[in-house]
Amino acid sequence: MQPIIDYITSYLSSTQTPGAAGNFFWAFVYILLVFVGLSVAVIAMNWLERKILAHMQVRLGPMRVGPHGLLQPIADAIKLLLKEDIMPAEADGFVFWIAPFIVVLAAFTVFVVVPFGPTHAITDMNIGILFMLGVSSLSVLGIVMAGWASNSHYPLIGALRSSAQMVSYEVAMGLAVVSAILMTSLHGLGLYGAGVAGAGDTGTLSMIGIVQAQQEQGVWFVFKFFPLGLIAFFIFAIAMVAETNRAPFDLPEAESELTAGFHTEYSGFRWSLFFLAEYSAMIAVSSIAVTLWLGGWLRPFPNLLHGATWNLVFNLFPGVTFLFLAAIGFYGTARMPKHPYFKIQTIGLAGFGALLGLIGLVMFIPAVFVRVQDIYWFAIKVAAFMYLYIWYRGTFPRYRFDQLMKVGWKILLPMGLGLLILTAGMGMRSEIWMGVVVPLWHWAASIL
Amino acid sequence: MNPPVATPFFFYLLSGTMLIGGILVITRRNAVHSALALIAALLAQAGLYLMLYAPFVAGVQIILYAGGIMVLFLFVIMLVNLERSQKERQFNKQWLVGIAAAGALGGLFITIYTKGKGIFPDRAMSAAVLSDLELNNTQKVGVLLYGQYMFAFEIASLLLLVAIIGAVVMAKKRI
Repeated sequence: MQPIIDYITSYLSSTQTPGAAGNFFWAFVYILLVFVGLSVAVIAMNWLERKILAHMQVRLGPMRVGPHGLLQPIADAIKLLLKEDIMPAEADGFVFWIAPFIVVLAAFTVFVVVPFGPTHAITDMNIGILFMLGVSSLSVLGIVMAGWASNSHYPLIGALRSSAQMVSYEVAMGLAVVSAILMTSLHGLGLYGAGVAGAGDTGTLSMIGIVQAQQEQGVWFVFKFFPLGLIAFFIFAIAMVAETNRAPFDLPEAESELTAGFHTEYSGFRWSLFFLAEYSAMIAVSSIAVTLWLGGWLRPFPNLLHGATWNLVFNLFPGVTFLFLAAIGFYGTARMPKHPYFKIQTIGLAGFGALLGLIGLVMFIPAVFVRVQDIYWFAIKVAAFMYLYIWYRGTFPRYRFDQLMKVGWKILLPMGLGLLILTAGMGMRSEIWMGVVVPLWHWAASIL
Repeated sequence: MNPPVATPFFFYLLSGTMLIGGILVITRRNAVHSALALIAALLAQAGLYLMLYAPFVAGVQIILYAGGIMVLFLFVIMLVNLERSQKERQFNKQWLVGIAAAGALGGLFITIYTKGKGIFPDRAMSAAVLSDLELNNTQKVGVLLYGQYMFAFEIASLLLLVAIIGAVVMAKKRI
């Protein structure tokens, strides 16, 4: 037994990602963990979206399957798996068959480089962010293939809209990303610190490297060169909603005009693959935003509120969060109807609350919270984005197609270009000052 | 240390995918199938770049070609009436030019295959050099593009600008 425990703890105290260590077994374990975590997140997101959206519209949402509809996503998943799988007679068989797999593959592959913590990533590539953008841009191919292969009008229009939309917004998104990457090369502390001599002014494209750059510079890139980082973040935040085909940019699947857009002809398991891909793509782009601008796994205020006491307070956050969720569960249990018909549901909800409370208590063990707190901060930031997605859907009406194109090409793209130039200028402002402004001043003074 | 990925197995796998993809591009009657085969070939090419210790080039290949240009290809193809073009016979008779080009290319390949060792000296690179090449690929490409090949790079961007202006002029009825 002891050798096994030693073996596991030697991995847990590793300072490298499994990919960097070249350990296939450990990498495989991480891949499984990420896959399971992602599936659980998609299930939770499915339930939360319906509940939150319903509460925003003063409805109850799913209430029948399980207490407060908690088992509804599982019931839906079983229904989808049992449904008949229909392929239209005139469809292009092979392309129709392979399209959902391409979408899912693209959506899940990007998680290879997502840094949940300095060592909690499957691997770290020196082209990490390029890899993420590239692979996630492949998902549009699957959507286009699905729309075309269905051999039907609505899917085709949905696919055309989707490809036009994604290609347009990718440009603005890329410019925002480049300005954040530029910031990694501008060493120097604080909001406006830049170009410190001898700091080795090379940037990085690695996802872990980008977060470490924010750690070294002591500033999240959303605040760097205020307001430049903030504007870049907003451009990305808008473009990423368009990239994932979500409201208010959900034109490819606008149900009032196109039935269900590109996946109209899909049913059962294939449709659920599109669903899975959409949600994991949302999580993927949110993790790009968190990594590039919101400091990835770093906790808030590491410079302002530091010292042993503050570290302990922030370390206790994961446990407190789970205890809070458990308290909500117990509150729900207490409010359940007292009728015997609800007995099993009440017991189930109490058990769920107890499970959450148990996880919360485990999080208070020092050996645990030291290792999970980076994952916790990453997940909580991504969760905030997920809530924003639901909020957008409940708040904004859908854009018209010409409005969508106008926002992409006439507003976000020029803003992104200007932003990139300004960020570069901020990085070289001492050179601009010494090389341009001061000589001009001397020249003007000599004339006068 | 990681085991080397650049094994002959992967080279043959990737180049085999490229060859099959390339053959499918020119033999499929359905233009969408051709485009999909081209995407497979381009992705395999990105893999080959990775084997050449050029991860940045591989990433750019995926973003630009597979994710960008091919989406626009598909976009245009989907607007074309495929049923008519499938029934149509090929009408450009350029066999002579085709044979000449294929012969020239084949000759080039045979020359490289037989005399390649002399043309490209077999430089044995140490693991440290290779790792440096791989890790700093982005920086090296950037330094070359904005240093040694600055002029060519800017000329190419000018060419693209001309193409954009041309497209706008042709698309707009009134400027």
